[in-house]
Amino acid sequence: MSLESVVAQSNVIVCCGSGGVGKTTTAAVIALHAALQGRKTVVVTIDPARRLADALGLDGLTNEPAQIPGLPEGSGEMWAMMLDTKATFDGLVRRYAADSNQTEQILENSFYRNISSSLSGTQEYMASEKLYELAIESDYDLVVVDTPPTRNALDFLEAPRRLAKFLDHRIYKVLMLPTRGIVKAVNVAAQTLLRSISKVVGTEVIADAVAFFGAFEGMEQGFKERAAEVDSLLSQPDTAFILIASPHADTMAEAQFFAARLRELKITVRALIVNRMQPRFGANHSPEDLAERYAGTPLGEQYRCLAEAQHLARGEQKHLLGLAQELAPAPVVQVPVQAFEVSNMATLQMLGQAMFDTDVTSEA
Amino acid sequence: MDPKQFLTTSGVIIVAGKGGVGKTAVSAALAMASSSVGLRTLIVEVEGKSGLASLFNSAQFSYSEIQLVEPSLGLGEVRARTVLPEDALLDYLKDHGLKRISGRLVSTGALDVVATAVPGISDILVLGKIKQLERSREFDLIIVDAPAAGHAITFLRSASGLEDAVKVGPINTQAKDVLALLNDPTRCRVLLVTSPEETPVNELIETAYSLEDEVGVSLGPVVVNGVLPELPGLQANPLEAAAQAGIELQPSEAQNLADAALFRLQRTALQRAQLDRMAQELPLAQLLLPYVFTSELGPDGLAQLSNGLLAKIRDLPDPSRS
Repeated sequence: MSLESVVAQSNVIVCCGSGGVGKTTTAAVIALHAALQGRKTVVVTIDPARRLADALGLDGLTNEPAQIPGLPEGSGEMWAMMLDTKATFDGLVRRYAADSNQTEQILENSFYRNISSSLSGTQEYMASEKLYELAIESDYDLVVVDTPPTRNALDFLEAPRRLAKFLDHRIYKVLMLPTRGIVKAVNVAAQTLLRSISKVVGTEVIADAVAFFGAFEGMEQGFKERAAEVDSLLSQPDTAFILIASPHADTMAEAQFFAARLRELKITVRALIVNRMQPRFGANHSPEDLAERYAGTPLGEQYRCLAEAQHLARGEQKHLLGLAQELAPAPVVQVPVQAFEVSNMATLQMLGQAMFDTDVTSEA
Repeated sequence: MDPKQFLTTSGVIIVAGKGGVGKTAVSAALAMASSSVGLRTLIVEVEGKSGLASLFNSAQFSYSEIQLVEPSLGLGEVRARTVLPEDALLDYLKDHGLKRISGRLVSTGALDVVATAVPGISDILVLGKIKQLERSREFDLIIVDAPAAGHAITFLRSASGLEDAVKVGPINTQAKDVLALLNDPTRCRVLLVTSPEETPVNELIETAYSLEDEVGVSLGPVVVNGVLPELPGLQANPLEAAAQAGIELQPSEAQNLADAALFRLQRTALQRAQLDRMAQELPLAQLLLPYVFTSELGPDGLAQLSNGLLAKIRDLPDPSRS
């Protein structure tokens, strides 16, 4: 199995990994590669550097996919978008609200505005929602999604369930009581708690929350069903999870953690892409000794340079080995650090070549 | 500049930077540097799990302090702890006579509602606790390993946001106190960390301007992690360099040296270009830390970083002489 065939067999690719390992760029490279082979692809980025939009030849990215210009003749299409959490959440509210009245009540509530922008997990939830829209309700052959750069990027998978739980929580039921006009059998302890909270943060805040949960009534079911559908999409065989890492001990440890979490969730990692690997050079005999012997001369510096590169490469291979074994038979693609920065379509394609040409399963 | 003077310019240093640039390694190196000039130092970790503990071969940090470096002749003590929102909240409630409800707030999940209803409240509780630690004067320097990437701005902006959102009551007071800390350059500074590469540099420049404009916090020098040393000898032809040293190389050996040298020169040139660009776009001094040639930073690598940091701090101009 190669990365090439994993990509060819998938309709959805989820790129997971910790921050700073080149996840967004990798996602774009995969979408571009598949588009060059004739498919219609879209890449969903979470928080792309402006550089990526520039590289793709776009002024900026928005919540609606935009087509990337300048693909060679005979290619398919590549589209790109940036997730706008709040706009996506607003769309969900519109979809499940009974009428425009309910929609408006929710969208204008300040507690809702806080949820849609700052509740932890909302971004992850909306990423999976967007993924679902693009994969099921549009005509793309391949959707490549970047995951949010949180420590715990796999919240992506649990976020829909978490929000459902949030909406289900009994504390909200208590909050909702006044709007339902049920005065009897109020949970006295809970009311005391609410009063105490009001004292700290102010009554306005609580009133907004109460109004929100009141307005939201009746929509929970729709949200929960949708969450279940997203869940089932993510466990389809043509949805591939790809783990992205860099070869440092700490990011490898984090990748290992991701792999373990995915296993718990019964999800197979279909490929591991390790970016920013030290390139391999032919080995000379004992470069360290020669660097020392000729220290201070140009030859000494040249040996030092080679020795440092080899030392680094050995360390990286050592860190990679355990993870590669764990993920076998998933292909492990080692992408060397490039001597250029990705700044336009041409360099993006060059990185793609580096990724797909070195696409050989390591002999772990 | 004298490192001790540099490190005590403010009682709190917040270390922030994008994921993958080595923010945590820099926090640790800063703590070692601070200890080496005799300062009592506290490392505060605000996200729970990070690589900090393993850099010191320590167990994961917790809300109660642990000792990382024993005080001894010339060495200041280094201690470490976490300050996470839930713990900070419990502390806060206890201090405000609300201990009774604190357990229930957490166990019922009401904390989630409050945190959602009042964005920034978790951050303000954490910063409030840090302020309290600073006020205790127990340490000469408190180093905060800030949340990664964009979250650092949200984290530090929480105080001004909350001061507006919650007009009265204890949270408002807390926000005011934290703002006073952040806006006082003799109490608190932010050190931004980056690697000398395009995307992290862009992000750092944006973060620097947002922090100054929106938070009003004072910025220390930029710490650039992973700067490749200049090796002028790499420009030479390996065969000639060998002849000069009086030895002969096999063609393949010469080729290997040339390949490695070319790659290094290209990387160095890219780094140089980014550093120059950053210097033009951001008027902050740069502390360049050497690239540590290892894929796993251990005590040796940490010492290398910490010594590099001290050397670069000494190179900074002495403010008293300007």
